[in-house]
Amino acid sequence: MSDVLLSVRDLVVEFPKRKTLLTALDGVSFDIHRGEILGVVGESGAGKSLTGAAIIGLLEQPGRIASGEIWLEDQRIDQLPYEKMRQLRGKRIAMIFQDPLTSLNPIFTIAEQLVETIRTHLPLNAKQARERAIQLLDEVGIPAAAKRVDDYPHQFSGGMRQRVVIALALAGEPELIIADEPTTALDVSVQAQIIDVLKRMCADHGAAVMLVTHDMGVIAEACDRVAVMYAGRVAEIGQVRQIVKQPQHPYTQGLMGSIPSLAHQRHRLIQIPGSMPRLDAIPTGCAFNPRCTSVGERCYKERPDLLVTNQGEVACWLFDQGGVA
Amino acid sequence: MNQAKRPLLEVKDLTCHFDVSKPLLNRILEREPKSFLTAVDEVSFEVNKGETFALVGESGSGKSTIAKLIVDLVHPSSGKIEFDGQSLATSRGQAFKNLRRRMQMIFQDPFASLNPRWPVGELVAEPIYAFGLAKSRAEVNRTVEELLEKVGLSGRDAAKFPHEFSGGQRQRIAIARALSAQPDFLVCDEPTSALDVSVQAQILNLMKDLQDEFGLTYLFISHDMSVVKHMADRIGVLYLGALVENAAAEELFKNPKHPYTRMLLDAIPDHEMTGRKRQAIKGEIPSPIDPPSGCTFHPRCALATGECKVKRPEVVVREGTRVACWEVDRLA
Repeated sequence: MSDVLLSVRDLVVEFPKRKTLLTALDGVSFDIHRGEILGVVGESGAGKSLTGAAIIGLLEQPGRIASGEIWLEDQRIDQLPYEKMRQLRGKRIAMIFQDPLTSLNPIFTIAEQLVETIRTHLPLNAKQARERAIQLLDEVGIPAAAKRVDDYPHQFSGGMRQRVVIALALAGEPELIIADEPTTALDVSVQAQIIDVLKRMCADHGAAVMLVTHDMGVIAEACDRVAVMYAGRVAEIGQVRQIVKQPQHPYTQGLMGSIPSLAHQRHRLIQIPGSMPRLDAIPTGCAFNPRCTSVGERCYKERPDLLVTNQGEVACWLFDQGGVA
Repeated sequence: MNQAKRPLLEVKDLTCHFDVSKPLLNRILEREPKSFLTAVDEVSFEVNKGETFALVGESGSGKSTIAKLIVDLVHPSSGKIEFDGQSLATSRGQAFKNLRRRMQMIFQDPFASLNPRWPVGELVAEPIYAFGLAKSRAEVNRTVEELLEKVGLSGRDAAKFPHEFSGGQRQRIAIARALSAQPDFLVCDEPTSALDVSVQAQILNLMKDLQDEFGLTYLFISHDMSVVKHMADRIGVLYLGALVENAAAEELFKNPKHPYTRMLLDAIPDHEMTGRKRQAIKGEIPSPIDPPSGCTFHPRCALATGECKVKRPEVVVREGTRVACWEVDRLA
């Protein structure tokens, strides 16, 4: 995979408070290639969803992009005027939200919602748009799509609704889909179906996906590469297999060890002491230093940038020539 | 049966219907009969002292209803629940109070289960007062402090309010509160599903330590198979309110007998990338108001025969596993 579709460079997102400034994202950088599924994992408050919102230009006030750049191919999109961004949204970048019931309008039929989206972005007449809508529903695996297209969202089950939301996201034939916890509200058997749909759709339509989730299992099933986030920073990026089998960053190692395993039984899970720092109390140096087991002098003074190793990129002084001391 | 071998909790043919009918006038005008939702359908199981029994299933399978039935927050339509040989439903007065004390509950959402206006010390002390377990105020304070330290908080936290704590810390407070009644049996309804994995690991480890220390018995309810595997000695699998399989934890994962259990195990994302093969999953859980006839799983089951569509399967025992399936021998 060579061509970069989305490039995020040193993204900083701030929330001004009455007296202080909260830095929610602090220098986040990563690339997404065409046709690739990039997973973004981390615990609540790590800034996963915020990264997605910043890319698609849906940061909630008073949050703002303080510095950094977001490039979609050769177009810089972090400073676009509202109207330009609106045209981009749904057309080149689409979004799938966590809760399918709140992302569909309860008083319009599925057909009306799909047709509206399709006609906003594609030059089709009402009849063609309706056909396209049915075709999309068929593709995401809704049985008897031609009949169900005139149903209201409440007539669908949770899994079916999420399929509708995926169809809605695909309506404008986007190049990038940001999926924010798309399976978190669903049961495990339905979750497996939705992951399959998402994977198949991306392969068929050649769309890249940024899959935001806290579930390492979903990442392992669906993604090509994964970025691990901690306290508004990227701790580690690499191929999924590398991160799962040989995590390098001490945080990633703790995270992987804390997941109960199906394959083998341990009496105790590995636990990372403490919890993630609040945004107004992020330690200087490496944000993980109070919880880290291999912490050194340097970790308290200097903040590590992503360092390229032979297995990916890691933001940890352990992988620098100078070490942690 | 002698005293030592008696299970701590015995649930027999437990059934719970909920009335989901429309209001009377609507029923008359629309000529509709009353309708009922069968949330729990003839469920039987036993939990022995000191073990962890887990109930797993998807949303709407009746997991939480069973939890509420056991602690008598919801009353069963039929069937019996016996705790240490006594029935909660028929006990009155002091005997009832004592049974209630011996079983405590930990809820899913620690943001909803702690009163935001009460300091933590009061929250944890409430059961001590309610059951009269301490003689003086000083003794209560000492007990609260000990409990908070036991669950990994500090004695000084007693003066703080719930909003000053993170989700994981709040769940620790909820555990301390449950323990303050000196129970032998804890009903844990999805205790970690609102928590991040690293915090979940802390809470699961804490629960195991407390079980070793106090000899607690857990009824552990979860939808997460890997958490259940980590915690449970025995596992019951629920589908549409019915217990389809009841097996020792290791046996269930090594050798699942019911087709639904197999499907559920297939569906779990494989975070360790062992590359196991999986079957595609068919359909979704049907509505419990109008469940399929016979075996309720038959529309999604690859092995279903004519018999499955009409006759409800009986529970049979195969290699120590209790399983409700007509075709169980064809699977093996």
